[in-house]
Amino acid sequence: MRAQSVAATTKTTRSFVGQWTLFRRRFLRHRLAVSGLVVLAMLVIACFGAPWIAPFQENHQDLITGSTGPSPVHWLGTDELGRDFLSQLLYAGRISMSVGLGVGVLSTIVGVLLGSLAGYFGGWVDELIMRLVDLFLVVPPIAILALLLQGFGSSSATIVLALSALGWTVIARVARSQVLSLREKEFVDAAIVLGASPLRVIVRHMIPNLAGVIAVNVSLAVAAAIITESTLSFLGFGVQPPDSSWGNMLSQAAGLLGTPQVHLLLYPGLLILITVLSVNFIGDGLRDALDPQTKR
Amino acid sequence: MITYALRRLAYSIPVILIASFLLFWAVRRAFDPLSKLRLNQDPTAIARETERLGLDKPIPEQYLLWFKDFVTGDWGTSTRTGRDVLDMIAGAAGPTIQLIFWGVLLGAVIAIAVGTYSAVKQYSAADYVFTGVSYIGIALPAFWFGLLLIQIFGVWPVQIWNLAEPPLYFVGLHSVGHSDFGDYLRHLALPVVTMTITLVASWSRYGRASMLDSLTSDYVRTARAKGVPKRQVVINHALRNSLAPFVTVVFLDAGILLGGLVVTEQIFSIPGMGKLLLDSLLAGDAQLLLPWMMLVAITIVVFNLLADLSYAYLDPRVKLS
Repeated sequence: MRAQSVAATTKTTRSFVGQWTLFRRRFLRHRLAVSGLVVLAMLVIACFGAPWIAPFQENHQDLITGSTGPSPVHWLGTDELGRDFLSQLLYAGRISMSVGLGVGVLSTIVGVLLGSLAGYFGGWVDELIMRLVDLFLVVPPIAILALLLQGFGSSSATIVLALSALGWTVIARVARSQVLSLREKEFVDAAIVLGASPLRVIVRHMIPNLAGVIAVNVSLAVAAAIITESTLSFLGFGVQPPDSSWGNMLSQAAGLLGTPQVHLLLYPGLLILITVLSVNFIGDGLRDALDPQTKR
Repeated sequence: MITYALRRLAYSIPVILIASFLLFWAVRRAFDPLSKLRLNQDPTAIARETERLGLDKPIPEQYLLWFKDFVTGDWGTSTRTGRDVLDMIAGAAGPTIQLIFWGVLLGAVIAIAVGTYSAVKQYSAADYVFTGVSYIGIALPAFWFGLLLIQIFGVWPVQIWNLAEPPLYFVGLHSVGHSDFGDYLRHLALPVVTMTITLVASWSRYGRASMLDSLTSDYVRTARAKGVPKRQVVINHALRNSLAPFVTVVFLDAGILLGGLVVTEQIFSIPGMGKLLLDSLLAGDAQLLLPWMMLVAITIVVFNLLADLSYAYLDPRVKLS
């Protein structure tokens, strides 16, 4: 095992190894996670750098050509409006990834805060928050999201809000159980005795200890949000044209089934798959790297 | 166990009631139940419906009015089709239940087989392949996979070999005028595979994990030490015990499917619950949305309960109290 040999060398040189170094070493040893990180970085650069990288401007139409196959000018061809498909893919990626990240961060913040409050205070606060979590368990996610977005209009902002409103319960339950066990620790008692306010105990003393589960949850939530956004866009409740996301590009390409242009169906789906796969791999790497029980 | 089940059900009633109130409030805020009447500009009809639905009263009162009708089975008339909502939902539940039955059956069988094999042959080439495939299955947008299936099995064979009809159909559950089982299977294959891919991907991971748990436990070592053949230990001892957590997950996921097959039904034009929801949402049919949500929520609660009961049944050490 390579892990053991590395551990052995650190012991012989007796060098002090900090938490951060330890984490970085463990993560870098997770091959899938590192490749996920590299691929995701490339995708992020390509999509968010689209104004400089993409061969054509967003929604630039080649009106004379219309829908064409792959060519040296348009690498992936053009859609029925004569827009360069590759450029559209890159611009769409910005929205898909922003929505994913937005939901990941927002739902985690809300979930961690509510979960910690429930775990820290117990009693009626706990009851109230956990019954709220129960409410979200009895509704089918896609149906309720479609209802909310249809009813209240869909823009990137409402999509992020709606997805976060449904997504926070997962991390809330995890944070609650973690805080429940942290509550018994001496350093928490010490902080309370020293007069720290509950908010300070939670934010300064407890949440740093949740870094692992938080990081893992963000990655899982981002991956889930990208897929859910694409599903909602496909059904017509997500990002609305002229804005494009990978989901609504797929939705448009779905009409090409059986036509010679059907290859356009492949790319947005592949990009979603690759992005979500990379994020999931990174999540796995984070979980292993942050788990103190993993051998270094 | 029966008292436990009843207590759990009683406990879920307030959850469902509160959920239904919030839904009611959201639907009333977002959709105008009189939108169709307003088009006709018939003030007497508008006044009559406003009176009947209590639209001039505060939301809690409107909710009570609606709830009384819901409980007594008067689910109103769809503003989109003019048909009785109860009839429409009952009609849509049939196709969805068929999909759930075949999908869960196929998914569970494949997941148990894959999970068991992966656990017994841990770190073998096949285990890595299955792991890789399940990673992809989880990261895949299911509707995209369904569309690719249609192109591959429905469209290309017809185009390439000039067939009169595709080998696997992708519209509905029956051809017009056909009711034989072969025709049914040819319609069922693609939607069931589409909905199963995500299920198998996650279930097979559960199956593998819980099987690994059982395989490393003491009773398996004891059985092997006493000379029971490996095959028998795997199937009778380890698999039997690993099923409890697996079945729980299957029940939990199956409960969501009644309202969760929106995309599959949309792609394959199957007139089930998901398609009904989509059509009603796009038409702003508020009358149908609420009973639909209630029915789906109750199903989820019941399946959560079944999950608990099945765990207690499969693992006698668990005492429900």
